[in-house]
Amino acid sequence: MPALALRGSTLAYLGVMVVLPLAVLAAQSAELGPSAFWKAIFDPFAWHALKLTISTALVMVAINAVMGTATAWVLVRYEFPGKEVMNALIDLPFAVPTVVTGLMLVALYGPSSALGTVLGRAGLGVIYQQPGIVLALLFVTYPFVIRSVQPVLLEVDRGEEEAAATLGASPWMVFRRVTLPTLFPSILTGTALAFSRALGEFGSVVMVAGNRPLETKTGPMYVFGEIESGNRHGAMVVSVVLLATSLGILIALNLIQRRRGGGHGE
Amino acid sequence: MGNDRASAWGRRLLVGLVVGWFAALILVPTLALARTALAGGFRPFWDALMSADARRAFGLTLSITAVATVVNTLFGLAFALVLVRQKFWGRAIADGLVDLPFAVSPIIAGLMLVIVYGPNGWLGRHLEAAGFKVVYSWPGMVLATMFVTIPFVVREVVPVLREFGIDQEEVARTLGAGRWRTFWRVTLPSIRWGLAYGVTLTVARSLGEFGALLVVSGNILGRTQTATLYIHDTIEGFHPEGAYAASVALAGISFVLLIGMELVRKRVEAHEKH
Repeated sequence: MPALALRGSTLAYLGVMVVLPLAVLAAQSAELGPSAFWKAIFDPFAWHALKLTISTALVMVAINAVMGTATAWVLVRYEFPGKEVMNALIDLPFAVPTVVTGLMLVALYGPSSALGTVLGRAGLGVIYQQPGIVLALLFVTYPFVIRSVQPVLLEVDRGEEEAAATLGASPWMVFRRVTLPTLFPSILTGTALAFSRALGEFGSVVMVAGNRPLETKTGPMYVFGEIESGNRHGAMVVSVVLLATSLGILIALNLIQRRRGGGHGE
Repeated sequence: MGNDRASAWGRRLLVGLVVGWFAALILVPTLALARTALAGGFRPFWDALMSADARRAFGLTLSITAVATVVNTLFGLAFALVLVRQKFWGRAIADGLVDLPFAVSPIIAGLMLVIVYGPNGWLGRHLEAAGFKVVYSWPGMVLATMFVTIPFVVREVVPVLREFGIDQEEVARTLGAGRWRTFWRVTLPSIRWGLAYGVTLTVARSLGEFGALLVVSGNILGRTQTATLYIHDTIEGFHPEGAYAASVALAGISFVLLIGMELVRKRVEAHEKH
């Protein structure tokens, strides 16, 4: 009996907290019919915001896949001074509130900072420009790939690598042919989580982006703007698109991992 | 020989690249913030933090964090037990649902609360008629924070619980321990680090939640501000010192919690090995 009560109450909580709001969002966004739904997506401002969110997230993910794997590699395989400290600080972005992240980047690269002035003169404005959005995304998603690859790298059987090296393969060759295929699922997991997070990121982006429609306004910023100006339908439709994309990625990831027989990481 | 030297250089180059990237992306911005916040020395920093507005904002953040953490810790523990120990129809779906808040933008989380509990909302209509105000006040902020932190405790406890198995619990039960006693004395101690990590993440995320609170608090001038809303609202004003000081305090608290838990765990585990 207590088992049933426990199951009933937790599922009820989940139902009220997660399922109900999602169902209401889905139902209300569809209320005006499919043509209104499409019209709201292809509204020039909404469409641009969605494209900007996807493209900045893609740039971020490409950089993170490479740098995250390299960072995990260096932390697991090499010894260097300060390694322990760096390893402990990898999760710092998870501790820093997103608004604070935005504030940090503005303090460092903003037009009123020394570095920002130099960059601005060189025509490389970061803050209130699209590169600033990518920078903010890179900061908030920094730990994902590293923390996904690191445990797998620790478990890798070095025997295969050594065998390949003995047979005359260069270090790069060994990495590409032997190590990388083993790491690939965990790199994929890390990048997918980072991508999904980037689609919804708001706090850090809103501080660095400058909120210019058709230039630096991302999907979540568009949703917020439409809520504030009373266009609830537009806000809901773009929300549904962002949510569906994010969910689609996570479900695809889950299926791939299951096919691989459990896979690595979470 | 030549190959060895080349790979030693390659190694140095890679370490340099990775450390440089970490420094530029994470370390330097963090230090830049701390420097800006402490530019006038410690005294003005402390005064800015102790201003009436800042204190009120931190008080609100702490009260929201406390409620969300307690509720989601209880839920997380119970739900992890249900997921690991019980077989029922739809378990895989429930398992997926609990992660869903990770895929939802905070802004969308806020929007969903407004359309359900807002004044014209699906449920909010009836609640407001009965005199309950959810959105644009404290309960809405708590709900928003609860929503975004649902997965943390479950996610951390489930793998530990699965690994722990049920053998020890069965032994305890055979020896005559009741359900509660078994839970307190056998199950809870074995999952404590997973639980502690989940709770720490919940607290850190609650302290820093912004987007969902921004939507749920509305754009009322002089609205009830949490610490993050206070930072957002004052940074462009005439006295950004308060925003900078609050930022350093907020990030500092979360970071000390995360690092502190890790240190305590290492120490205790090392102690238990001997």
